[in-house]
Amino acid sequence: MNEDQRCDAPQASSASATSLTALNGLRAVRRRANRRRAAVLAALGVLAIALCYVDLSYGRTFYEPSAVFDVLAGRDVPGVGFIIGELRLPRVIVGALAGIAFGMAGASFQLMLRNTMASPDIIGITSGANLTAVVGIIVLHWSGTRLSLLAMAGGLATAAAVSWLSWKGTLAPTRLLLMGIGLAAALNAATSWVLIRGDQWDMQAASRWLTGSLASSDWTDVPQLAVIVVLTGAPLMLLVRQIDVLRLGDAAARELGVRVDLVQATVIVLAVILLSSATAASGPIAFVSFLSGPIAAWLSGPSRPALATAGLVGASIVLLSDIVAQHVPPVQLPVGVITGIIGGPALIALMVRMSRKQVFA
Amino acid sequence: MNVSPSGNASAAGPTSAARAHHTLRADGVRLAYDRREIIHGLDFDIPAGQIGAIIVANGCGKSTLLKALARLLTPSGGGVLLDGKAINTLPTRQVATIVGLLPQSPIAPEGITIADLVSRGRHPYQGLVGTWRDEDERAVAHALAVTGLAELADRPVDEVSGGQRQRAWIALALAQQTDILLLDEPTTYLDIAYQLEVLDLLCELNATEHTTIVMVLHDLNQAIRYTDWILALRDGRRAYYGAPEDVISERMVADVFDTQARIITDPDTGLPLMVPDARHSLARFRA
Repeated sequence: MNEDQRCDAPQASSASATSLTALNGLRAVRRRANRRRAAVLAALGVLAIALCYVDLSYGRTFYEPSAVFDVLAGRDVPGVGFIIGELRLPRVIVGALAGIAFGMAGASFQLMLRNTMASPDIIGITSGANLTAVVGIIVLHWSGTRLSLLAMAGGLATAAAVSWLSWKGTLAPTRLLLMGIGLAAALNAATSWVLIRGDQWDMQAASRWLTGSLASSDWTDVPQLAVIVVLTGAPLMLLVRQIDVLRLGDAAARELGVRVDLVQATVIVLAVILLSSATAASGPIAFVSFLSGPIAAWLSGPSRPALATAGLVGASIVLLSDIVAQHVPPVQLPVGVITGIIGGPALIALMVRMSRKQVFA
Repeated sequence: MNVSPSGNASAAGPTSAARAHHTLRADGVRLAYDRREIIHGLDFDIPAGQIGAIIVANGCGKSTLLKALARLLTPSGGGVLLDGKAINTLPTRQVATIVGLLPQSPIAPEGITIADLVSRGRHPYQGLVGTWRDEDERAVAHALAVTGLAELADRPVDEVSGGQRQRAWIALALAQQTDILLLDEPTTYLDIAYQLEVLDLLCELNATEHTTIVMVLHDLNQAIRYTDWILALRDGRRAYYGAPEDVISERMVADVFDTQARIITDPDTGLPLMVPDARHSLARFRA
């Protein structure tokens, strides 16, 4: 054979000798990484549940743990039952579910488009859902499922528009980011215009909703949000390995057998449905979709995309911000004000870091 | 000329136990870029178990051609056949276990370690839930050992040298355990030591595992030294195809690159060596 003359082929024996130590080393590292991810997930689960409990028991009046658990167990506790069961519990559940939804949807976008900035609240998708929801509230006086569907339609239409505008035979993340930021500005302007034209009362309701507020959450919001979180969250979790390979770029992902366009389209549709239904229930709680992914990645390490972790981070951010919003300022504030105060500086910090690394160049 | 499927392997490498020899063939392939056709009906065979280079002038669709061979692009006419079947019609995950491609400038996610990156090569072998089996771990360990990266397995990809990073991507392709490996300019951005290191590694892979290798190379002399066959395109058509010593000529360099060069005999290898014409030198401008 001719190639033997050209290519000196050293025996692979040295390779197989190092292979065994390397193998054990790899196993150990992988076990450690798996353990870390599991520990982070468990800790966040515990944190989210603890925050739920705190949010339930502390309000204008504090309730003993026994009273809270009695209500949760379905026992009738006079005086407490209504406040916890009808006022605080739906608020906490909607907050937790919306947090999970924002966190997972945001992280899906960020991972898939390989850019932290590409979260749906920055690339216009949230703005699209907002605009249609505000039209629904002010012009059509809709609520509940109809409003949810309308917000979803707005989110999906915006996602389709941004994808179409930035399409170059394949999804081009940087173009998408810039198009999305532009479209977000236009949609926000349209939302303000609708707001200004609304009645005084509607305008107040719509503005409160736009800030992201759990104050008006009731049991009617819970079932549909819960169903959607399960029905879109579960398939997103199943797609996590495809999303992971997409992080290597389109060409490498295709080469590894990922059906890139199909996976991207599916992830976009699922994440937008998830995001829009949460938006319809609680309003666009600022920056939760933007912040959850990076925090989850920081906690659980870069080796695997942390979608479930991002969901729990989102829930924890919303619940913690809700507790802070109710108790720390002299007057109760909508939860979105608190997440906005945290999120703004984080966004600036990220942009500074990205421009240093010349992501925009 | 030795462009014919050479005899099948005797000593297979540790990971290629039951590896069959697959064949890849371009059959009248037409490729367009931005609606402009740049490859006008290309026919050629990729002989199994050999190393080949595709030589094209810049901007004439080399990456496009390589992507088409790896079913990343659908030709506007003709087709790429894997074992006689149109590659675009085969299940993409199955193809991913037979044909591997190292893209030109792949992206490593921020903070990811070399071991993590290489592990991604196992994607086509994992089911929907993605259970990581010991077989996968072995493939990754082997790929790391062969590329000399075992010691660096824990290092983040964005903190190692260019040569090490390129080796990490090659290791990913090795962990993929494909019979055919396509590489788009595997030596770009590397200094000469790393370039030779990468090419030696590919030769070793070919010798021990009988992997069929096709790469796009810019350096003609490296193509001569390191390949069994060369395919040179001119104006989007096959102009030269054969063993380096049969193909390389002064006319070939002029045809493909529009450059005058002299072909001499490499004193060390006895192979042809391309030397650009003396007019391309500082001395001429100072004359």
